Amino acid sequence: MDARLTTEQRELRAAAARLADELGPGSVLDLDDADRVARLEKAVAATGWRTLRSDGASGVEVALVAEEFARGLVDVPFAGPVLADDLRRDDTAEPWTVAVDGEAADARDARRVLVLQGRRILAGRAGHAVAGVDLTRRNAEVSGPFEPVGEVSAEHAERWRALALVVTCADLLGAARGAHTLACEYAKVREQYGNPIGSYQAVAHLLAEGLALIEGSISVLRHAAWAVDELTPAEAVHAARVAKLYCARAARTVCETSVQVHGGIGNTWECLAHVYLRRVLASTDLFPAGLEEIDLGLS
Amino acid sequence: MDFRDSPEEAAFRERLRSWLAERAGTFPTSGDDYWRRQGEWHRALHAAGFFGLSWPRAYGGQELPPVYDVILDEELARAGAPPRPSLGYLVQGLGRHGSEELRRRFLPGMINGTERWCQGFSEPGAGSDLAALTTTATRDGDEYVVHGHKIWTSYSDVADWCLLLARTDPDAPRHQGISAFVVSMHQPGIEQRPLKMINGVTTEFGQVLFEGARVPADQMVGAPGEGWRLAMTVVGHEREPSTLGFSARYGKTVRTLAARVEGAPPAELAWAAVQTEMLRLHVRRRLSEQLDGVSHGPEGSLDKLLMTWVEQDVGHAALAMGGTRDPELLSTYLYSRAQSVMGGTSQIQKNIIASRILGLGA
Repeated sequence: MDARLTTEQRELRAAAARLADELGPGSVLDLDDADRVARLEKAVAATGWRTLRSDGASGVEVALVAEEFARGLVDVPFAGPVLADDLRRDDTAEPWTVAVDGEAADARDARRVLVLQGRRILAGRAGHAVAGVDLTRRNAEVSGPFEPVGEVSAEHAERWRALALVVTCADLLGAARGAHTLACEYAKVREQYGNPIGSYQAVAHLLAEGLALIEGSISVLRHAAWAVDELTPAEAVHAARVAKLYCARAARTVCETSVQVHGGIGNTWECLAHVYLRRVLASTDLFPAGLEEIDLGLS
Repeated sequence: MDFRDSPEEAAFRERLRSWLAERAGTFPTSGDDYWRRQGEWHRALHAAGFFGLSWPRAYGGQELPPVYDVILDEELARAGAPPRPSLGYLVQGLGRHGSEELRRRFLPGMINGTERWCQGFSEPGAGSDLAALTTTATRDGDEYVVHGHKIWTSYSDVADWCLLLARTDPDAPRHQGISAFVVSMHQPGIEQRPLKMINGVTTEFGQVLFEGARVPADQMVGAPGEGWRLAMTVVGHEREPSTLGFSARYGKTVRTLAARVEGAPPAELAWAAVQTEMLRLHVRRRLSEQLDGVSHGPEGSLDKLLMTWVEQDVGHAALAMGGTRDPELLSTYLYSRAQSVMGGTSQIQKNIIASRILGLGA
């Protein structure tokens, strides 16, 4: 039993973190900086991380990149293309994503969309952007004609569902970490009654609880990401559902804490706290998990 | 990365499983009966090679990686056997601060269960603020004489020895005037007063009055004034993931509750299942980190806080499953309330996390 990341995995995480810190939005205003987004898009495309699966990477590597990208609010596609790649496993230059419930997810600049129907893979086209809660990623309409482009085994389809849940969990965890760091930094500089607000227990305890929720999320996600390729497909989906339920609740709480710790400012458009919160709400809804799906016999 | 057992771990698990199968149902697992026969269970586990797994061979351990304790906890819970006696923090306290002479004299009996121990730290006026303790130990020739009142002392009624904190220098700054001792519980000058807890159990916690109890000076653990450092070692290890062996039992409780479900399970139970699974995996991750030689400091407070939330959510699941009409479920619920108090309150854990990990200066 060894739940540690390998050296290569740590290096991948560090590289993803560097890229996100360098080119991700540092403020709400940055979200509209088209030059930055173009530079980010170019940098992400150059890494080849959108085709990690066809390059033989495990769910753990995919989750690490997704987590760091969400922590840095990376606002070019990753989850969509990486899930499309898992289905197609061929490296073409055309930007692909996947559709869920009739909408193309994570579809900025995407032209082609894959739909998994049972074991059949259908390809359609991405259309106009759809209004959504997330300010860093956007969904798009899907239009036909749908052409069959292949079929996956029943096992592959099940593992793909586990991977989809895991990618969204990693996004939740990353966004929670980003929101928490933002709040801790603010609590150290914002002063009231002559002291930084973080020195007051009422504020400090909220942030301490947030860190515990993040640590629990790391543990449950680490296992689910490993399980995608290593346990049976049913076990992998179960592990991913458990992780999704935990990470979704934890991430929302952490983001709400971040809004609260920022006080009045936290409730304004200019504060990044709501950008994290919105991303968490979107990732919770994308491939959702419900408590009624938890198999009590398996846990 | 591999969450599965290695071949050695699997072989150990298999041996343990068959040993437990032979003893199925022979030991009580809860209530006063459990606490009464805990010493017997401890000795049986050790004699069969299943206790003290990660501790030094010289004192009766096996020097195995700490993950073996997790396997032990999981299999004990799975078999419906009593949990592993929890005394790693005492072993650490004596092991790190005691002289080699004291270690050789006391650790083997502590680990093999032939001598029972209790921990005399908390007092009526010194709970979270442990350094406010007022029990005194006054030098008298080759001995110290102890006066004071200890409370929340687990197993005090069956203990042979007490790892006691007492003030030896009333003039020193309060953290520096405290020393630690190994005090015999079999002597005049010690009065036991049982505590009946909210679930009705009377044999888990006690209070102890020291009224002129005596302890040889060479049974001081560490130097005079080193008591606070020993206390920090002990409470730190009380929060170590491998010490948090109850995590496997939460999963067991959830499975037991799940077996009673008719129709759709209550949301509280499904959530408790999610939480217990999280904790199981969290303990595994923490123990893996120890393979890198990471020894846990303030991070233990994160683990303790997570464990507390899980236990109390399991308690709520027990309540949702008809706990007010079932004495055992009610006891599970009521017992869970203590988790956010014992071993350092949740408020203290949050203070530690905020100041020592987040740097918030709280």
